[in-house]
Amino acid sequence: MFHVVSRSAQRLSSTASVLRRLNSTLVIAEHNNAQLTPITLNTITAAAKLGGDIACLVAGSKCASVVEELTKVGGVQKILVAENEVFNGFLPEAITPLILETQKQFNFSHIAAGATAFGKSLLPRVAAKLDVNPISDIIDIKDADTFVRTIYAGNAICTVKSKDGVKVFTVRGTAFPAAEAAGGQAACEQAPAVDVKNDQSTFEGQSLSKSDRPELTSAKTVISGGRGMKNGENFELLYKLADKLNAAVGASRAAVDAGFVPNDMQVGQTGKIVAPELYIAVGISGAIQHLAGMKDSKVIVAINKDPEAPIFQVADHGLVADLFKVVPEMTEILEK
Amino acid sequence: MANLRILVGVKRVIDYAVKIRVKPDNSGVVTDGVKHSMNPFCEIAMEEAVRLKEKKLAKEIIAVSCGPTQAQETIRTALAMGADRGIHVEVSGKDYENMTPLHVSKILAKLAQEQEANLVILGKQSIDGDNNQTGQMTAALLDWPQATFASEVTKENEHLKVVREIDGGLETVTVTLPAVITADLRLNEPRYATLPNIMKAKKKKIAKHKASDFGVDLGSSVEVVSVEDPPVRQAGQKVESTEELVAKLKESGVI
Repeated sequence: MFHVVSRSAQRLSSTASVLRRLNSTLVIAEHNNAQLTPITLNTITAAAKLGGDIACLVAGSKCASVVEELTKVGGVQKILVAENEVFNGFLPEAITPLILETQKQFNFSHIAAGATAFGKSLLPRVAAKLDVNPISDIIDIKDADTFVRTIYAGNAICTVKSKDGVKVFTVRGTAFPAAEAAGGQAACEQAPAVDVKNDQSTFEGQSLSKSDRPELTSAKTVISGGRGMKNGENFELLYKLADKLNAAVGASRAAVDAGFVPNDMQVGQTGKIVAPELYIAVGISGAIQHLAGMKDSKVIVAINKDPEAPIFQVADHGLVADLFKVVPEMTEILEK
Repeated sequence: MANLRILVGVKRVIDYAVKIRVKPDNSGVVTDGVKHSMNPFCEIAMEEAVRLKEKKLAKEIIAVSCGPTQAQETIRTALAMGADRGIHVEVSGKDYENMTPLHVSKILAKLAQEQEANLVILGKQSIDGDNNQTGQMTAALLDWPQATFASEVTKENEHLKVVREIDGGLETVTVTLPAVITADLRLNEPRYATLPNIMKAKKKKIAKHKASDFGVDLGSSVEVVSVEDPPVRQAGQKVESTEELVAKLKESGVI
């Protein structure tokens, strides 16, 4: 029924208010076959701003626990489930045909996912198949056609209007609050059957960095170290302080390239974008590529012995001093 | 076993170290008279192609760029790094301003077929548009597999084994050839073009084309409404001691 309504809505695209009522968004859920990735909840909030129905597609080799989690989320009307071994590793070559078939059946006005490695890899492939221009890493939604995103490493804010029949976009998780995991009333159904045979790509395995600390992109406090840390062992100082503050630990590209820490800790234009309540930059000069990943943090603290470091231009509180003295001191004060 | 013909997309962008300025009429970013260079991720893509050739896995590297006349300088840089020949798809003025990754991927897909390439290597994103789309879209249009955000590429028979940078760490996928790869920062350390190689690159050929040669219409479904400066952060204050810092943070309630 719904796709008929939606198609006529596209004909009426000049009447924005009508369109707004008839929007329908497909959110591609990101998960690891056990848990929903938190950014999916931020994406659902973004989708809710469009004002229409929201459906979530869960594709994977094991979906039950993720579906259960999603049914609790408010604002989702429908959950489409596609459980199949072919989705092992969530390869875009396998998931794209599923999304295309789903789109054919339901004719959504919008298709969205979180701007993570998963979403960034998948959605442009879907968009090209639909012959539309995708919109990456949006930070705001003005109306059903108009989106805001950053360009040039966050140094300019670009508002774009899409005239495509279906809008395909990825969402910057830190720009939208997480949808509440309560009040959900979604009906659950099988996703459209599609005979996916993926003989093009094979998932071989992952090596994930394990940590007891909170996840970097959703942590309330983040402590990052840069080149000034001098070596990987010295990051222990940051870990100790992070444990006192229940903080995640990040790094600048310089620290990653020097091999101090693994690259999934990188904060910046090409790493993770974070916007915590408190960001503590330790031994980081503050290159524009790094600022792109953290300048929307609520309170920024810089600890650096170089008073000319650009990081001080964005820091709310700056301390010009040797980090090897300040960080242990701070840990000690917090222990009291 | 050198059987790869590699197409490498290279983009000319404002140099990564330049502090950009938004135009007063909010139509875009000032590009006139601003230092440009090859997009850093494209350099990495180019370097990887050259390394595959040095390992005798590739027989030819074709560097392609879509853009105004100056894009030829970027192609020359690629030739000096080791590409065998270049293709310049000239797009200028308003058409270039409106050009999207969808246009570029349509051109690249056509070129990959025409040139009988079996591997396309691109950077994972350009540092101006920050879209991170072209590689994925090129793969889609060709119906080839994609290996995005690659930090390690090895060839195994007719497969490529690619280590990818993902949010929680790394993952490994194998893709069949032909395929599209996008390069992440840590794939390699691009070489500097030496003066003799820069001189040699002047003799290498750059074929010129128009987007219409590939049947690609440059009309765009995306309109830039405005480009603005991001909100400016209020300048903060320096504190004198660790005690004072912790006190301030406690005061503002963040710890």
